[in-house]
Formats: sequence, structure tokens, C-alpha cells
Amino acid sequence: MHADEQRQTETIIRTSGVNVRKCMKCGKCSATCPNFAEMDIHPHRFVSMVEEGDVAALMRSKSLWRCLSCFACVERCPRGVEPAHLIEAVRMEVIRPQGGNRLRPEAVPALLDEKIPQQLIVSAFRKYSK
Amino acid sequence: MKFSYYPGCTLKTRAAELDEAARAAAEALGVVMEELPEWQCCGAVYPLARDELATRMSAIRALDSAKQSNQPLLTLCSACHHVIKRVNNDMRTDADMRTKVNTYMDLNSPYSGETKVVHYLEMLRDTIGFDKIKECVINPMSGRKIAAYYGCMLLRPSGVMQFDNPENPSIMEDFISAVGALPVKYPYRNECCGGYVSIEARNVSREMSKKVMNSAVRRGADTIITACPLCLYNLNENGTGEIPVVYFTELLADALGVKTREGGLVHAC
Ligand code: SF4
Ligand code: SF4
Repeated sequence: MHADEQRQTETIIRTSGVNVRKCMKCGKCSATCPNFAEMDIHPHRFVSMVEEGDVAALMRSKSLWRCLSCFACVERCPRGVEPAHLIEAVRMEVIRPQGGNRLRPEAVPALLDEKIPQQLIVSAFRKYSK
Repeated sequence: MKFSYYPGCTLKTRAAELDEAARAAAEALGVVMEELPEWQCCGAVYPLARDELATRMSAIRALDSAKQSNQPLLTLCSACHHVIKRVNNDMRTDADMRTKVNTYMDLNSPYSGETKVVHYLEMLRDTIGFDKIKECVINPMSGRKIAAYYGCMLLRPSGVMQFDNPENPSIMEDFISAVGALPVKYPYRNECCGGYVSIEARNVSREMSKKVMNSAVRRGADTIITACPLCLYNLNENGTGEIPVVYFTELLADALGVKTREGGLVHAC
């Protein structure tokens, strides 16, 4: 494993608070995920790939921007693994370094319509930018 | 009964109806909602990363402010409720986080999760009681078929939220019965509307919101109620448009015959 990838894996495990070894590979998290179809790497794979230290691919994954934080996987995992926390921790590894932001303030006006609640803009900034 | 109240940013702007109807109804029901003197946006999403401390602090300030007043903290927006309740749980259960946050914030006395966080629906159920609400209804919603949309934030993760059964909740249906309408249960009532992802992938929210609305319509609903401004936006803007989505407090204010304060009279029950 590349030294960077090892460091990133350690950070992801630490910031997520997830114990990947608790996973019994049942796939229930992915089965219950309402956005399964939009994801290139599914929640159960996040768990396995972090366990294997294979996080570079996760950091390029479209799933980072498609996880809804709906907590269906968290609620329904029979082992209490909390896959959504892992997805968030990987996303943090991507957006925390300088230049890593997904959503820039300049891009926001074009996305607005008159009914958009402030809650949506704040949420998107918290999820997509640091 | 008196509560400290955290409205949150959206209830001061786009979702003013949610807030105004709640205040008018509470007044009629004899509940005092004392808005926190100073509050900041809760951040709208709970920071899942354990090392995110700064993004938890506005919630902690609100919790500590309620603690200073010796009152439970009342919330209304599903997202605010979710964030504040979970951060409160962190402060109670995570000693490391508690130490770091308290060292940094330097409050009058350390905050350790003492405040009780109560959602407006929980207040209706546990403080007032749905039976009492039934007695106070002067404009029963007879003949209406109303579907409750719970979404994600109120229910999950159930271990922390402790709001209702996460897979088969009933609090909103009981509320609908209390105002005299027929509650419509449908399979998608606790599925996601697409949340914040709609800002960059509206198609995701379209697909999900349509499923939710179709599911409610198939079971005969004429209206959907929600407690969340983002759910309301997604369902109304990205759903099928077949039935309206309104805030549950608007239904309550209607049933109690109270208009928002700006509209004038609030008569006590
Ligand atoms: S549901 Fe839990 S135990 Fe099953 S694969 Fe997903 S993370 Fe692993
Ligand atoms: S939190 Fe994310 S990964 Fe988990 S079920 Fe929801 S969308 Fe899927």
C-alpha cells in the first residue's frame, strides 16, 4: 500500500469512528440504500475497501456525492457498522485539503430558485465544502 | 408549560408558515415557546466525522442557553431537531469530545448534555396529549385523508433519536387522527426525499419524491404533511404535483381555529 493511502485509511477509520471488522458482509446496507442505482461503489464495498486499505478508489468515487445521509444503512445494519459515517469520512479526506471543495460559493446563484429553503444550501455546503 | 425554543434559519425565512402556525397553536394550547435570545444556524446536517468540533458548537450554545433557563429545548424543523439531539447525545456520551469542546468554549459551567431536547410533535404527544388536542379542535378535518411524511431525520438513527418506531412510526398518524382527519399509511413514508443531493442532482430527488408521492396517492391521500422544509421543497418541486404538501403545524392551526399571530386572534382552548 502506498504511504499516502495508508495514512488516509488511518484517518478515515479514526474520523468515522467505524470498526470495519464488525462487518459480516451481509450486504443489507447496500440493499436498503435508496440511492443504490446512482452509486458506483456501494455502501458495503466502502466497508470492505477501507478494511483492505483500498481508499484511493473510494476517494474518486461518485458515491461520495450521492450518499443522502438518510441513515437507512446505519439503522438497518445488523452489526451497527454505520457505513454512512465511513462515506462521510472519505468525503472529508477529499474536501479538507486546500482546493478540494466540491461546491464553490460562486456556483450557488445559478442553482437557486425562489423556493429553495436555506436549509438546502447550508446542508450542501456542509457536505460538499470545507 | 414553558420551553426554550430554537427556530432555526429556515423557519425565519422560507418556512415562516411552519413557525408561525406552531406559535399560534402553542399559544392556544397554553404552551409558552420562549425563543432563545441568541441562536445561530445549527448547520442543517449533523457532522458525522468525530473530529468535527467547530460545526457542533452552535448546537451546543443553543443547548447550553436552554440549560441556563432550566427549560427543555423545543425544536420544530426536522433537521435542526436531528442535529441538536445528536450533538446533545455526543456531549453526554463522548468524554473526549466533551472535554475538548468545553475547554474551547469556556462556558459559565461545562456543558455535558443536561438539556432535554423535545420536538414539537413530541410536545403535542407527551406534554399536551393527543386526547386533549382532540378536545381543542373546533374545525375538525373530517373527510380529509392525510398522509404523514416522516422522512429520515426524525426517526434515524433510532438509538439516538428515540422519536418513534423507525420502521413503523405512528406519532404523526395519531396527530392526524387528533385533528379529525383520516391518517393514510403508505410504504414510502419513512424513505428519503433526496435531501441536499437535489442541489447537484435534481434527478435523484425527482425519482425519490415521485415514489413517495405516488405511494401516498395510491393509498388515497389528498394531502401530505411534513415537519421538514427540505422535504416539503423536494416533494412539492420534484414530486408529481398531484397532491399538496404542507407543514403539520398549518394543519394544527387550522384545526384549532387559530390563525397565525399576524392574522389576529388566537383564542385559548
Ligand atoms: S449491513 Fe452492516 S454488516 Fe451488513 S454488509 Fe453492511 S456494514 Fe456489513
Ligand atoms: S446514508 Fe447514504 S449509503 Fe446509507 S442508505 Fe442512505 S444514501 Fe445509502
